[in-house]
Amino acid sequence: MPQIAQLADTYASQIFWLLIIFGLVFLVVGRGMVPKVMDTVALRDRHIADDLAAAQAARDAADAQEAAWRQQENANRAEAQAVLSAAKAAASAEGGSKLAAVQQQIDAQLAAAETRIEAARKAAATEIESVAVQAARAIVERLAGAQVAEPAAAAAVRKALARG
Amino acid sequence: MYQFTIKPMFGSENWELAGFNIAFTNSALWMAIAAVALWVFVAGGMKQQLVPGRWQMAVESFTGFIDDLLRVNVGAAGRKYVPYVFSLFMFVLFANMLGLLPLGVVGVHPFTFTSHFTVTGVLAFISFGIVLVVGFAKHGLKFFKLFLPEGTPIFMMPIIFPIEVISFLIRPFSLALRLFVAMMAGHVLLEILSSFVIDGSNAGLGWGLLVGVPSFLLMIGIAALEILISGIQAYVFALLSVVYINDAENLH
Repeated sequence: MPQIAQLADTYASQIFWLLIIFGLVFLVVGRGMVPKVMDTVALRDRHIADDLAAAQAARDAADAQEAAWRQQENANRAEAQAVLSAAKAAASAEGGSKLAAVQQQIDAQLAAAETRIEAARKAAATEIESVAVQAARAIVERLAGAQVAEPAAAAAVRKALARG
Repeated sequence: MYQFTIKPMFGSENWELAGFNIAFTNSALWMAIAAVALWVFVAGGMKQQLVPGRWQMAVESFTGFIDDLLRVNVGAAGRKYVPYVFSLFMFVLFANMLGLLPLGVVGVHPFTFTSHFTVTGVLAFISFGIVLVVGFAKHGLKFFKLFLPEGTPIFMMPIIFPIEVISFLIRPFSLALRLFVAMMAGHVLLEILSSFVIDGSNAGLGWGLLVGVPSFLLMIGIAALEILISGIQAYVFALLSVVYINDAENLH
């Protein structure tokens, strides 16, 4: 077994070269290069984490904006509803008052017309009475040849009219 | 066993440093190849793009794997050990994998330096040294409480304490031997099976069909298993180092 047979001759060179070469590996590769590789990995991990956080933040912002927009929309809708119902109420109130005014006017005209009709009827009635009195006197004078005093004729006519 | 032989290369067999021989051997060459391959692999994933390509993704999955391993076993304090554990895991993994390359086909013999306990031993003692340094630096003499599990009855302490000390001191050896044995056993197994294929085929058509072909089929399966073991042993080495570091970092 050369490992043992050559031990005395070779141990010094084995140890010497191993220490030098492994030392170089440790210093150049281990200390020099590995930290840079790991920094790259750490940088990438941080980059990914940052991107994820940014995406999450953007999403949260979008959600918040949507919620705000929704609220605004609801408020606008409610406002529009209020304006609409106020307009409707105002319109109906205005219509009612106009209707009432017109009604009043019509009532007044109606009342005036009625009084006029009443007056006309009264005037017509008195006219008819006097015409009837004269007619009755004329008829009596023609038929009986008697002169009837006007008051008596008027009383008789009134009696007949009231009965009739 | 020839594949485990260490040979000085480029006429460096007489290089010395403070009286010790430091010849640049085939073992050192394959350490260097593993280190360069690892450097090329990680450098290919250094583009630092926000959207990674396949290569960068592969490198990042390895660093992420080690990072997870430390976070699960040690916690947030484990992050500072990522460079060390990554180097350890990848160096051992590349060594194991490179040792399995079928380069013999083109006449080059790959050398698996993790099949030498001098190498695995040094790596294990580095991990063990980190545990000791961190443990005593962080907890001082309280670190000895590691050897007394929570809720040990007082009359059991004289027995538990030495057992725990011994099991603690054995850790680097078990860590080193596990990797060394696994690597060596796999390579020896492949070598034996391939010798069956070659010798059986040389003994004639009958023996070739009887021994060579089944051995070759078995070798395919064992080679796949060895690739799996390369990964598993590197992972076990790194995982146990992490578990030991956890003892030092978070004293129970």
